Amino acid sequence: MNPIFKSHEKDFMRIEADQVCVDYNGTVALYDASLNLKAGSICGLVGMNGAGKSTFFKALMGFVRPSRGKIRINGIKVNQAQKEQSVAYVPQNEGIDYSFPVSVWDVVMMGRYGAMNIFRIPRESDRRAVVHALERVDLLDLRERPIGSLSGGQRKRAFLARAIAQRASVLLLDEPFSGVDVPTEKLMAELFLQFRQEGHTILISTHDLNHVRDFCDFVVLINKTVLAYGETSEVFTSENLNKTFGGIPPNPLSGPTSSKDFVNE
Amino acid sequence: MSEFLISITPIDWLLDPLTHDFMRRALMVSALVGGVCGLLSCYMTLKGWALMGDAVSHAVMPGVVVAYALGLPFSLGAFVFGVGSVALIGFVKQKSRIKEDTVIGLVFTGFFALGLVLVSKIKSNIDLMQILFGSPLGISRSDVNQTLIISFIVISILLIFRKDLMLYCFDAKHARSIGINTGILHYLLLTLLSLSAVVGLQTVGIILVVAMLITPGATAYLLTDRFDQMTLLAVISSSFSSILGVYISFWSDIETGGSIVLVQTLIFLIAFLFAPRYGIFKNQTFMNNN
Repeated sequence: MNPIFKSHEKDFMRIEADQVCVDYNGTVALYDASLNLKAGSICGLVGMNGAGKSTFFKALMGFVRPSRGKIRINGIKVNQAQKEQSVAYVPQNEGIDYSFPVSVWDVVMMGRYGAMNIFRIPRESDRRAVVHALERVDLLDLRERPIGSLSGGQRKRAFLARAIAQRASVLLLDEPFSGVDVPTEKLMAELFLQFRQEGHTILISTHDLNHVRDFCDFVVLINKTVLAYGETSEVFTSENLNKTFGGIPPNPLSGPTSSKDFVNE
Repeated sequence: MSEFLISITPIDWLLDPLTHDFMRRALMVSALVGGVCGLLSCYMTLKGWALMGDAVSHAVMPGVVVAYALGLPFSLGAFVFGVGSVALIGFVKQKSRIKEDTVIGLVFTGFFALGLVLVSKIKSNIDLMQILFGSPLGISRSDVNQTLIISFIVISILLIFRKDLMLYCFDAKHARSIGINTGILHYLLLTLLSLSAVVGLQTVGIILVVAMLITPGATAYLLTDRFDQMTLLAVISSSFSSILGVYISFWSDIETGGSIVLVQTLIFLIAFLFAPRYGIFKNQTFMNNN
């Protein structure tokens, strides 16, 4: 039953959420949300703003305590999974202060902090992990640059590199496609496929349906609860999407085509 | 006075004050306090806690008065009220619909007013002017010892948790997701703020101590894109300001706290105008080469 050992098996459950309820001071943000994700899968978490996507993320990261239900990451409790560096969070570009005086190297090295001692002094293995992560996102040449001098796509890649350096098995990505250039999008697509092959599990929170169709094996449609969940081809029906977005098509600005074009296919 | 100034050489200007015991003490304490506050100011400016610094530094006032009246070390009283004000701000914010900056303004002025009332009511030899404006030139031996101990504590904690606090300021979510207890870091930073306000008010007084806690950080922030360099520059500029401020105060017979903060502000202005990358008149060749 050792989770480290089991995590190499193909059918190993990376994320298990069982009837999770979250409320903030009596206001229900999420109820009865259940989800099981195997090792080596990419899953889109789709819903409107305020539908509970970020609440679900916070619950998976242990930032909010569910009032009911339970969550397991790699078969263990969330706070233990955090300590084992199992969960990496890739923030939205908007959520970061880019005038902060840190270099790309510094940011990626932050992915190693959890594995270091209390003084956070990098060892040779930490430096190697950072170099390797920077190579995978093609940012090694820019490692000395201040994080604020990067383009939107490069910034996103820097934070992906931080997650790679952390060697987390579960990656939570918040709107990873917003403000990203074409080369970065291609690189991310390749990376996601590699991650899947390596047995990582990726959960992508987005309202961008086109990218979900292109990238995700599974989809979770969410509106205060899990409305539908399963393989992308089966879940993306017009009926389900209408339920998710309450009959309103998703913002056309978020993708080249609207949801109508998509469901007609 | 001006004749006197003309008649001395720069060497004398620097060395003469050192012949006085009180000046050696004032210079040492001011430089140390400048360093401590300068180091912390980096975290305050990056975290956006300038208002919190202002609040805590004012809120320690009643603590200082009560401690003096009871014959306790004034740092103890100041510390209790500093942390107490922060806890109260958190409590009122959580339990009411009032926005945070309003709560901060409300709590610290309330504490400060309480301090003023206590000074006038408790008949003692407390010098209100000394609390409000500081007096490094008249600092007592026991106060020096307190400053040394508190400075040592603050610097040690800041050095040990340097990276964690930096990460907490930059991306608290990531810090939490890798199992770092950000709640502890939050209160640790607030505690360090209270302690620094306590040592800072010795040299520049309660009213101006917030300058010690933000100006050096803001200056350094304009000069570099590296966190380590920023902390170093903040400490250097802050200590330098303190020393120069004390010298100017000695020779020109002007108020010491004001003199120190004015030097800090001038250094900030120079950085604001001429910083290579972020100044108003930034160096074009520097920009092109980078």
